[in-house]
Amino acid sequence: MSRSSFSSYRPPRLSLERRLTTPWWLSWVIPILSVALAMLVGAVIIASQGVNPWEAYRAMFEGAFGSGYGISETLVKAIPLMLAGLGVSVAFRMKLWNIGAEGQLWMGAWAAAGVGLFLYPAWNLPPWLAIFLMMLAAIVAGGLWGAIPGLLKGVLQVNEIITSLMLNYVAISWVLYFVDILWRDPGGLGFPNTAPLDKAIWLPKLTWIPLLPRGHRVHAGLLLAILAAVLLWFLLNRTKWGYEVRVIGENPDAARHAGMPIVRNIVLVMMLSGALAGLAGMAEMAGVAHRLQRGLSPNYGYTAILVAWLAKLNPFGVLLVAVLFGGLLVAGDQIQLTMNLPRSISDILQGLILFFVLGGEVFSRYRIRIR
Amino acid sequence: MGLVFVWRSSPFLVSCLPNPYQPQIDTHSLLNGTRMNAPSLQPSQIAVEMRDIVKRFPGVVANDHVTFLARRGEIHALLGENGAGKSTLMNILSGLYTPEEGKILINGREVIFHSPKDAIEAGVGMVHQHFRLVPTLTVVENVVLGLDDPKFRLNLENAKAQIRALSEQYGLKIDPDAFIWQLSVGEQQRVEIIKALYRGAQILILDEPTAVLTPQETEELFKTLRSMAEKGHTLIFISHKLDEVMAIADRVTVLRQGRVVATVNIEEVTKEKLAEMMVGRPVIFRIDKPTIVPGKEVLRVENLHVRNDKGLPALNGISFIVREHEIVGIAGVSGNGQAELAEALYGLRPIEEGRLYLYGREITHASTRDIIREGVAQIPEDRHKEGSLGNMSLSENLIMKNYRRKPVARGPLIDWHYVRQFARDLVKRFNIMAPSIQTKARLLSGGNLQKLILARELSSDPGLIIAMHPTQGLDVGATEAVRKQLIEERNKGAGILLISEDLDEVMQLSDRILVIYEGEIMGEVPADKADRNEIGLMMAGQRLSANHEQHTVNSVQ
Repeated sequence: MSRSSFSSYRPPRLSLERRLTTPWWLSWVIPILSVALAMLVGAVIIASQGVNPWEAYRAMFEGAFGSGYGISETLVKAIPLMLAGLGVSVAFRMKLWNIGAEGQLWMGAWAAAGVGLFLYPAWNLPPWLAIFLMMLAAIVAGGLWGAIPGLLKGVLQVNEIITSLMLNYVAISWVLYFVDILWRDPGGLGFPNTAPLDKAIWLPKLTWIPLLPRGHRVHAGLLLAILAAVLLWFLLNRTKWGYEVRVIGENPDAARHAGMPIVRNIVLVMMLSGALAGLAGMAEMAGVAHRLQRGLSPNYGYTAILVAWLAKLNPFGVLLVAVLFGGLLVAGDQIQLTMNLPRSISDILQGLILFFVLGGEVFSRYRIRIR
Repeated sequence: MGLVFVWRSSPFLVSCLPNPYQPQIDTHSLLNGTRMNAPSLQPSQIAVEMRDIVKRFPGVVANDHVTFLARRGEIHALLGENGAGKSTLMNILSGLYTPEEGKILINGREVIFHSPKDAIEAGVGMVHQHFRLVPTLTVVENVVLGLDDPKFRLNLENAKAQIRALSEQYGLKIDPDAFIWQLSVGEQQRVEIIKALYRGAQILILDEPTAVLTPQETEELFKTLRSMAEKGHTLIFISHKLDEVMAIADRVTVLRQGRVVATVNIEEVTKEKLAEMMVGRPVIFRIDKPTIVPGKEVLRVENLHVRNDKGLPALNGISFIVREHEIVGIAGVSGNGQAELAEALYGLRPIEEGRLYLYGREITHASTRDIIREGVAQIPEDRHKEGSLGNMSLSENLIMKNYRRKPVARGPLIDWHYVRQFARDLVKRFNIMAPSIQTKARLLSGGNLQKLILARELSSDPGLIIAMHPTQGLDVGATEAVRKQLIEERNKGAGILLISEDLDEVMQLSDRILVIYEGEIMGEVPADKADRNEIGLMMAGQRLSANHEQHTVNSVQ
């Protein structure tokens, strides 16, 4: 039995105390400070590579946002992040942890490629109809791929994190089987990709955007993403179904007591989530790569999880954060070329930003007290 | 940085300084009751002294310079409404919270508790309302759990002998080798008491110990408490039930809004006086309930069989009816199938056998959605978990049951313009205290949250209301409001099924009382002829005598 506990000396202690309300300015200050702290830690890592962090950050910013070309490339990378991020965010709204955006994206790209490479020439479709059918095929394929973990979760209570994640490997292997063997371009000099799509059914470039350089790669997928964000916002906030999704996400027990169809909505939300990720795959395939190939997605589906989370699941927030992360991807390429830094610096920064922003959340819900 | 540093002056400093805002408290008047001129006590008779305790939580001062004294060998009741600061004060005494100001003396020696362990070492034990027992372990294993004496070795035989001795000494009948899951709630409570005694508690705090007991079990507990007091233990009994306090306590300290109202000897007060001290105004104990002849049958339950979450039978053939203008009370100790009954009636639990009829139409396998549409309202057991959406606005909470229908819905869309108007009307009509209809539900107090749920459920003029523990955890004011609202609905013609563990509430509100035990109805009595003792026996599993049975059968047919 220790006697020290009865002494009257008490060391000062830190304690977290729940806030009843969060001041409006805090919800802005905290994420900004969190990103700043992440960059500070990132600076240490960059410095450890023998590079001046200030120079590196400036090069990164200039690479991503400092020129018309940089901005256009940032937007190109942001498009799949936007669409997949929207998909992830709608599932997260209902506390369905869909980690399978990557696989859903690949399935979407695969289905769209099938339509573009085979159906379009075989049926002699008009190009606009072919593009429309490619979108539809991507939505269906991604949606069905998302529906699998949805059904398992809804009907058998199988953890969707694990199933959706495992299905990524299945999807990617499935698509690569087609890329490498079944649909491989015979005239492709042995490269692992399909033949290119006919130029007529590429997603059109947004040539009318001012200030971007000639020959930029920004395509109509950007409009699709913005349209999807608006529709998603409307769906969640203005419709009965969106209300159900938000209620189930907030409190499934209360939703059950209100007679809301939970199993059906789990499946529907996972389908919608997968469909948006599938659309991201189609946009990348038909707008950028113009064929199905290895390395089509540099883990867009996983980065989309960060995007959705940092945007606090707000559809318009997803658009903005996707641009930020698109910029980070471009900047990673940039500093690899100019500063002789490894490309993975941008991955490290992504991780750090997520880490600090999630950690910072605590301070919007709690205050620190020293006693 | 987004941090807010809140500096608090050290309690050590503050306790040294005279507090200009606080009148000096006369220890002797507190010890002996404010109204009594008895000879003063020796300080050696004081077991617990808590002086000028201050504890703040965000937005509230839970204890505002509270001074509390308990003598050795007394049963001291701590009385107050929910939120008055009783539990906070006792959590401080048992080492769960540290106060910001004030000091604690145990047997005249100042102590500072950093954890419950420190409190136990000083001889303070607490029996919480929700037991801290491991169901899959035996009684003796639970008792020694967490103790490290002797080091590394587990000597259960020795512990068993000690448990038997304690159980003999205080009349706490228990089998040390029984598993916790095999024990009734009353027996589990005994284990908690033994656990505290085994750790050498001289001062025992009991947080609302009777809430889970039948009247008979309560009597047993009171006997034990008296014998413990006679042997010199100090018992602090937290309660908001006046009858119990009058029955068991030697002295009582009343708290209101974090402050001490008074400490009095029990012989010097009446129940009415205590209630007034507790609430701050005179309280009416009876609610006017006009006699109305019940109308048509609303709900008919025939031979209902339902299983619980573990797949074991929870209801074994229950039959009853509820008519218009009628409140049917279901009395019983918690966990005898009440929750499953409410869920089955609301389409939330599959029905194994039997039938349900609403206005003569079968609803046995109807969905919750259909049952809501047919005009069945529900006041759920758990306001937070089942009844509300903490992070959503009042208006979003208020449309949970009618969002599918016009005028809230327009086709597939929700008419938020109408919703705002609808929410404002309800907030006004049901007197919900909130800054705006955009306020998040989790910021409401318990009473206001219950008003929100009532507003939502009653706004559709339901024909049947399933109310489960409608006033649990509410203060006297909110309780009165909720009960009045229910009686008003009954007067207007609704049939109400009232499921409550609070026997007083069931007896006060109901027109007929059914007693449930292990998923069966033990008997039915009209409320005006109800006898507490008889109901208590039925709650413990004794069937009503034959002539009463006859009555039950008749009323079902």
